[in-house]
Amino acid sequence: MWDYTDKVKDHYMNPRNVGEINDADAVGEVGNIVCGDALKLSLKIDKKDERIMDAKFQTFGCGSAIASSSALTEMIRGKTLSEAEQITNQDIADYLGGLPQEKMHCSVMGREALEAAIARYRGKEVVREEEEGKLVCQCFGVTDKKIEKVIRENNLTTVEQVTNYTKAGGGCGACIPKIEDILKEIRGKKEGEPAEKKAAPRKGLTNIQKMQLIQETIVKSIRPQLQRDGGDIELIDIDGPRVLIALRGMCANCVAAEATIKGQVEARLREFVDENIIVEEVK
Amino acid sequence: MGEKKLVYVDNNATTRVDDEVIEAMRPYFTELYGNPSSIHSFGGQIAKKIASARAQVAELLGAQDTEIVFTSGGTESDNFAIKGVLEYFPDRRHIVTTKVEHHAVLNLCDKLATEGYQVTKLSVDRKGNLDLDEVRDSLRDDTAIVSVMYANNETGVIFPVDTIGQIVKERGITFHVDGVQAVGKIPINLKDSPIDLLSLSGHKFHAPKGIGALYVKRGTRIRPMMIGGHHERGRRAGTENVPGIVGLAKACELAKRFMEDELTRVRGMRDRLEQSTLSRFKNTLVNGDREHRTPNTSNTSFEYVEGEAILLYLDEKGIAASSGSACTSGSLEPSHVLRAMGVPFTAAHGSVRFSLSRFNTDADIDCILSELPPIIERLLEISPFGREVLQAKV
Repeated sequence: MWDYTDKVKDHYMNPRNVGEINDADAVGEVGNIVCGDALKLSLKIDKKDERIMDAKFQTFGCGSAIASSSALTEMIRGKTLSEAEQITNQDIADYLGGLPQEKMHCSVMGREALEAAIARYRGKEVVREEEEGKLVCQCFGVTDKKIEKVIRENNLTTVEQVTNYTKAGGGCGACIPKIEDILKEIRGKKEGEPAEKKAAPRKGLTNIQKMQLIQETIVKSIRPQLQRDGGDIELIDIDGPRVLIALRGMCANCVAAEATIKGQVEARLREFVDENIIVEEVK
Repeated sequence: MGEKKLVYVDNNATTRVDDEVIEAMRPYFTELYGNPSSIHSFGGQIAKKIASARAQVAELLGAQDTEIVFTSGGTESDNFAIKGVLEYFPDRRHIVTTKVEHHAVLNLCDKLATEGYQVTKLSVDRKGNLDLDEVRDSLRDDTAIVSVMYANNETGVIFPVDTIGQIVKERGITFHVDGVQAVGKIPINLKDSPIDLLSLSGHKFHAPKGIGALYVKRGTRIRPMMIGGHHERGRRAGTENVPGIVGLAKACELAKRFMEDELTRVRGMRDRLEQSTLSRFKNTLVNGDREHRTPNTSNTSFEYVEGEAILLYLDEKGIAASSGSACTSGSLEPSHVLRAMGVPFTAAHGSVRFSLSRFNTDADIDCILSELPPIIERLLEISPFGREVLQAKV
């Protein structure tokens, strides 16, 4: 038995805005019967200010699919299209007081139907997901584009989460290594972020603090990039504004060593530590 | 007022423990708590009770007392049977089973496949029946065991285990039958049968959870799985679940007493429920061979409606049933049984299993028949595919 909130129960037992708008200005259809859920969203839009005057849905699916669709229509009624576009699948889940993790794909389906309807209204040809990006999950027809998007939007970290949110990997499981690769790629990019986001040069550092910060910047922000190219960097000494470093591995004999030192090492250290730093290479 | 009456039609999942079973068990929790292995007479009397319980279980199956080994339930019995035989025949690396087995067998076989065993999973046709030629062709010189269920938990479809067993025994291979869904529901006679091993589970026929048995035909080559004391004649170590064993024996006695009721009244209620539903909606079909089925089970698909939604709506009305839809299983695909049968996805997602027991009444069936149609109609209204179905309604 799923642990559905009272709000989810209320929305599947008494779904709001069921049906079709006959003279709809936009219709979004997602999912299909083979996969076990499908949603058809129709919107009546006031052309003057692009406001959603009415929203109705038809859903084939489980309790949480019906509840997510019902919640979506309640959330978007009265909103302008640009306001509605801001709604994420997490917002739909939050509106319902949360969904079981395994059912998060229902909220993703709601959000996708809304996107499809808005795209249709704006005259964009709705690109079918299967054609946009490479097919990763054969069982449920999920592309790498969709997986990447949902990972980013929901900050997912495990394959299980990806399956819960997109269904990908929930059938034969053959695509699980591919999902792992996508996760790794996105997470890998993320790991570099904190160092880069770090505050601009700090004033009034003691010498020890300055040394630590230089060391830290090299380790976190400079070395990983060099290592990716088969090289490495070593901090030799700090003498006033002069920072002495040695390049190792592939970097040591690289024709672009000078560019690396000025463009990457010095630029980073000036950015994170002190604007007056001068980097010199020790052979 | 206020208290919702429960209509329980999920008896293939588990059953209500019969009051007589509880009464039989009660003294073995309180004054008769001795250990049957003890030398003193306080424990000795318990050993005697277990002996008579074993005889009662054997009687329901047409077996001999010594052929019954008590276990913790169906899953343990299945594991014991398959692993026990494989261990006895370390050189035989091939297992034959079917695509529609319970997970206790299927997941075990999948694990064994990762350990170097070769597993053949026999297909079923649209009605859920096996092809006997395929059974015959699957057998090899290094086949250690053939494991086939007696009756399917989802559809109730009964496999011709005696015929299959003859094919298997001609090749001298050990034959295991998962009888969890059959014992207590249909007559079983293991005397002179080709079945070597048969699993049963108490809670599927009004005994409590946590007790079951494995029938081991005399002379069957099998190694124990639980190692420890000399319980169950060295075949299953661990101090006996005395109240459970006593309860299982009573449940077997009652099953024998109520077998006729199961085959007539229970079957009649199941058929009425099914017929009325079929005639009411055009988008309805029955999954599984309707001739060869356990009398209590009906697996009905409502096309273009999703099974979990049906169950949730039924639950609101106090009706407890089950579904093979993807959403209810926690997996994302509909039941492996319905998929193996080739039930179209449109129907597999909308399957509902009603499984009755002798505790159901005509009033229960009336209740389902009055609550179900508006639920299906409502869900068809919500479904984007529903309009055509509603228009085509009989």
